[in-house]
Amino acid sequence: MKYSRLIFANLFRKKVRLILTVGSFAVALFLFTFLAVVKSAFSRGTELAGADRLVVINRAGLIQTIPLAYYDKILRIPGVKAVTHNNWFGGVYQDEKNFFPQFVIDMDNQRQVMTEMKIPDDQWKTFVNDRQGAIAGATLAKRFGWKVGDRIPLKNALYGPTSTWEFNLDGIYKNDHPGGDESQFWLQWKYFDETIPSVIKGLVGWYVVKLDSPDDAVRVAKAIDTEFANSSTETKTETESAFQAGFAKQLGNIELLILTIGGVVFFTLLLVTGNTMAISVRERTGELAVLKAIGFTDRFVLFFVLAESLVIALIGGLIGLGLAMLAIPVVGAALNGFLPTLILSAAMLSAGLGFAVLVGAASGLLPGLGAMRLRVVDALRRV
Amino acid sequence: MIRVDGRSDSSSLIRVRGINKTYSRGGEKIQVLQGLNLDVDKGDFVAFMGPSGSGKTTLLNLLGGLDVPSAGSITVDGDEITHMSASKLTHWRARHVGFIFQMYNLIPVLTAFQNVELPLLLTKLSKSERRKHVETALAVVGLADRMNHYPRQLSGGQEQRVTIARAIVSDPTFLLCDEPTGDLDRKSADEIMALIDELVGKYNKTILMVTHDALVAARAHTTLHLDKGVLIEAGKSAQPVLAGGAA
Repeated sequence: MKYSRLIFANLFRKKVRLILTVGSFAVALFLFTFLAVVKSAFSRGTELAGADRLVVINRAGLIQTIPLAYYDKILRIPGVKAVTHNNWFGGVYQDEKNFFPQFVIDMDNQRQVMTEMKIPDDQWKTFVNDRQGAIAGATLAKRFGWKVGDRIPLKNALYGPTSTWEFNLDGIYKNDHPGGDESQFWLQWKYFDETIPSVIKGLVGWYVVKLDSPDDAVRVAKAIDTEFANSSTETKTETESAFQAGFAKQLGNIELLILTIGGVVFFTLLLVTGNTMAISVRERTGELAVLKAIGFTDRFVLFFVLAESLVIALIGGLIGLGLAMLAIPVVGAALNGFLPTLILSAAMLSAGLGFAVLVGAASGLLPGLGAMRLRVVDALRRV
Repeated sequence: MIRVDGRSDSSSLIRVRGINKTYSRGGEKIQVLQGLNLDVDKGDFVAFMGPSGSGKTTLLNLLGGLDVPSAGSITVDGDEITHMSASKLTHWRARHVGFIFQMYNLIPVLTAFQNVELPLLLTKLSKSERRKHVETALAVVGLADRMNHYPRQLSGGQEQRVTIARAIVSDPTFLLCDEPTGDLDRKSADEIMALIDELVGKYNKTILMVTHDALVAARAHTTLHLDKGVLIEAGKSAQPVLAGGAA
């Protein structure tokens, strides 16, 4: 493009200022992308939740248990296709910082309900026949370098005196959904139930209900809660996505926090870049007047200012996104599973670039309009 | 033939009829130009002199389509410019006017070549055609060997030569010079004026120039004085400019 030389020559007029402005763009874009990745990690559970699944918990709260005896009653409710139950195990692998979610699963029904989690049949068969068997998600296995056949010891103090539970890793599951959770560790209900103290036997953490049709969700949820109303253990049934959202909210309103920080970043960047462009235009009043005098139209002048602003935004944005691509896997690994997997998707990169272009255009608009409205005669008089 | 009585025929290249220019300053109306007439033919070289505030630069701005008169008309090469829209006027300037400013007003981050090329970016010329035109313009002003120099690497006289090259590169209908030697020492001023003489004599350019310097004005075919917004013919230069040389 024949005007590119003029645009780039003006950009490099004040190199230090250019570097600082591009730098602030890069840092802001890095922060923006990082926050978007964290927000996405928290909301992924909600997005990927099965539309045809309900979660049944104790009305008193998630940490309270529900009788195993509810299983048959739930299964009998019209519209229910399958039911499985889970318990939180809460063991420690080697060190407390090596946190990962461990669930006691109902191996008879787990695969019928959690259909997106795929395990090779031979591995599943080994697991079913192995009382101390365990299944790990692919990400979790990769994190600790586990392979099928490994012996995994987990220390546990939730169910009686601290003791070490030994497991055999019989299989590794993968999630069919891109970005779906592969960080869980599953152990058998039967092994768990026969090992824990008798006073807490026969109690599950929650049920997951698979429906015949997602359209039945409201009716079935109501039917389940009605079934156990006025009992010693009342239930609270909600869709899996509502359950996931509520679970994420227990950590605080992450979304609001992230949106607030993102908003501050946006406006700060807008002010910084807008100020830079305004100073840049003011310094060149005479030159812009000359361009207009020799025949460059008002629209051309606006285009020049916007183009400069957009080039700054794009260079800074690309650097920031590049930094995010490098840093996010490192940060994700350092978090040791405390946060859901951090994934920087192509959509987020596009959104980041779009954000950069938006800020670039917005920050160049006012100075550009000022330059556009500049009267040649007045500007030349000031030179 | 330059006339200020408004009686010339319609064949003049530049034809100004009864223009007024009034400014408002603090609620007070200031009339800078009053019913001014002017006729300039192709190849004429006219100098405007007058005290500060007499309206010289205002007249130049009106002739160059940078400003519009409060009343009256300006016709250049058959185009009545007084009623053109701002956008049309901008396109008209690109085609018809070459500007030479006192302070050169070059873009400091562009080389001499790139500065001269600027008006050609608005044309449909190819890159190689633009290069040819720029090299020719820089050769005319004697800076063929400085085309890759930035303005800061040039003397004041050389910068003004680049400005002249930029003004002539698109072969405009006429050139407007606002104190072209005002920021130069006498030697450089003489060199610039010799170049302007050459543009008139050798290339038959039409030039309208504002100056405070009587020696510079003396090189024009005609010097007109502006006094209280009215043009007065002060007389023609002693000798007409000879083709290809100074007076």
